[in-house]
Amino acid sequence: MNNRTKKFIRNKAIHFILLMLAVAIFSFILLELSPIDPVNAYLKQAVISPEQRLILEQYWGVNQPLTTKIWGWLSNLLQGNLGNSLIYRVPVIDVIYERFMASFVLMALSWVISGIIGFGLGIVAGKNKGGWIDKLVKLYCYVLQSAPSFWIGLVILIIFSVELGWFPIGMSVAIGTLSSDATIWQWLARLVLPTLTLSLVGVAPIAMYTRNELVNVLSSDYILFARARGESGWPLIERQALRNTLLPALTLQFQNFAELFGGAVLVEQVFSYPGIGQTAVAAGLQSDVTLLLGIVLISAVFVFVGNTLADVMYYFVDPRIRENESFDKN
Amino acid sequence: MSKLLEIEKLSISFSQYFKGLEQRELKVLSDLTMDVDDHEILAVLGSSGSGKSLLAHAILGILPSNAKVSGSIRYKGKEMDDELKEELRGNKISFIPQSVNNLNPLMKVKEQAIGYIKDEKDKEKIIKKQREIFNQYNLSEEVDEMYPFQLSGGMARKVLISTALLNDPEIIIADEPTPGLDEEAVKETINNLVELKEKGIGMILITHDINTAIETSDRIAILYLGYVIEITDTKNFSGEGEKLLHPYTRSLYRALPETYFELTEGHQPSYQNIPKGCPYHENCSRQIRECHYELPELREVNGTIIRCFNPLGEGD
Ligand SMILES: Nc1ncnc2c1ncn2[C@@H]1O[C@H](COP(=O)(O)OP(=O)(O)OP(=O)(O)O)[C@@H](O)[C@H]1O
Ligand code: SF4
Ligand SMILES: [Mg+2]
Repeated sequence: MNNRTKKFIRNKAIHFILLMLAVAIFSFILLELSPIDPVNAYLKQAVISPEQRLILEQYWGVNQPLTTKIWGWLSNLLQGNLGNSLIYRVPVIDVIYERFMASFVLMALSWVISGIIGFGLGIVAGKNKGGWIDKLVKLYCYVLQSAPSFWIGLVILIIFSVELGWFPIGMSVAIGTLSSDATIWQWLARLVLPTLTLSLVGVAPIAMYTRNELVNVLSSDYILFARARGESGWPLIERQALRNTLLPALTLQFQNFAELFGGAVLVEQVFSYPGIGQTAVAAGLQSDVTLLLGIVLISAVFVFVGNTLADVMYYFVDPRIRENESFDKN
Repeated sequence: MSKLLEIEKLSISFSQYFKGLEQRELKVLSDLTMDVDDHEILAVLGSSGSGKSLLAHAILGILPSNAKVSGSIRYKGKEMDDELKEELRGNKISFIPQSVNNLNPLMKVKEQAIGYIKDEKDKEKIIKKQREIFNQYNLSEEVDEMYPFQLSGGMARKVLISTALLNDPEIIIADEPTPGLDEEAVKETINNLVELKEKGIGMILITHDINTAIETSDRIAILYLGYVIEITDTKNFSGEGEKLLHPYTRSLYRALPETYFELTEGHQPSYQNIPKGCPYHENCSRQIRECHYELPELREVNGTIIRCFNPLGEGD
């Protein structure tokens, strides 16, 4: 491992720790400021005596000073203890693990599908700049980029579930039960429409970006020279332009992890897909503070990983940057 | 000697939006006529922005799609249509471009040098030849695996020249092959080019440096605002420049530190407003009445081709 890699890892580790600390503290304070009262959330309007309420308040530490509460939450966090979920009545970490896995499959599939199709469309459009196919791709991108993803989800739901009847409409598992008893086929059937929605939405930015990037590359001096040497058509693109477009496109696709996550939250809601997004909404609506905090943390980790991968692409795959290092060493 | 390339009345223009919506033709090359023989270097001399690179691109058929072109270019007497241009480029006609930016930043030097190989069977042969040419220019095997940004200016220049030789060209068009090089490398590049000429190649050497033109070429074509104003033997750039007939050419020569260091007043008008009549008349000391409203045609005077109503004589 060379110095550069070491430095990169060190910086990223410091970054990560600071980020997690900041996210943990700020989201905790935000929830503290919100009108959520854990005792009421727990009781769900059940009537109890003031003495009983006092016991419960003590149990949750409602009347402790803010610093004590934060300190308690952070030290638990360091031991890997995220607390128990109010609505599922199991450790938050278990809920997150199962739900996040479901979301992860959904997001990973959409990420790969939208990446491949988007890049392909972008290349075809850029190569035929100004032609009908370019106009079509551009139109698609503008429409998809200006439509909210839950709206696209609704349209797809209407087409495939209501009109065509290929998929059942409400596939939800009741809130508060873990869905491990659903069969793999049920689960796969649930996966199709949300993946389709997220992929359709995800294609737009990557296709547009790839297209513009390719148009830039094609007007560069080195393409001019390649043409002057008799290269043309598809082999020219493949040899001289594909790599140069793929690198920035991949970087963008990794940076898009945050949007992907946001899209997943909404789309899961539309299709009642039992993922982390749907769980987040449920936790919010039912004042499950510990679960909500856990989800905020895990999404921060997820976005951080995406950005880190984008940086890795940028620093270690591009030879201009990679090889410079080996020169520094000499 | 035979005519390899003949260019006749070549004009290139772009439509441009001017002050908002008014559309104007921007003429970057006007009515250009010149030719190149084998065993000959024709230098095309012009200041920055005078359309030199576009001339090269026009010959190769790689102009941007918004360029309007008229006139004729012939290769060995055959009219070069798009099809013939495509067949010749990278084959009988090689291009040496202006800078390292013409190399793909993400591709190793060797990959680029050998170019696109249609038939896998030829690959070995071409790689062998590439190695030979690289050796000739003292480019070691290490260079093969380098990326363009790792090359020094001189090395990049040699790589670019090498790429031009891989396909045994008859014509080479070299666009500014010397700027950015130290004196040593300039000399070497010039020697390389002259060597190629001696092997029989016909070359168009594009440059804005009058010294490079004088040291390498057999004839020099001088561009002014997109017009050829004189095509003359390089040996006429000697002594007091008394054999140079066009007022602009002679003032260029006399501005050299080695000659008179005579700097002329006035500056070149811009492309947006090429003056009516002779393009040079605003700065010309020999202007006569016609110069203001009529464009002088190219004509031959004592073996020199010139665009001027009132050329200088040897005594002036
Ligand atoms: N695609 C284009 N559209 C409009 N104008 C252009 C285009 N390409 C070039 N030009 C103009 O044509 C003129 C000539 O350009 P060209 O690159 O041939 O100059 P040059 O003589 O090679 O200059 P240099 O010595 O700087 O290389 C310039 O003024 C430039 O602005
Ligand atoms: S045509 Fe007239 S203005 Fe132009 S160079 Fe000759 S003398 Fe000067
Ligand atoms: Mg140029």
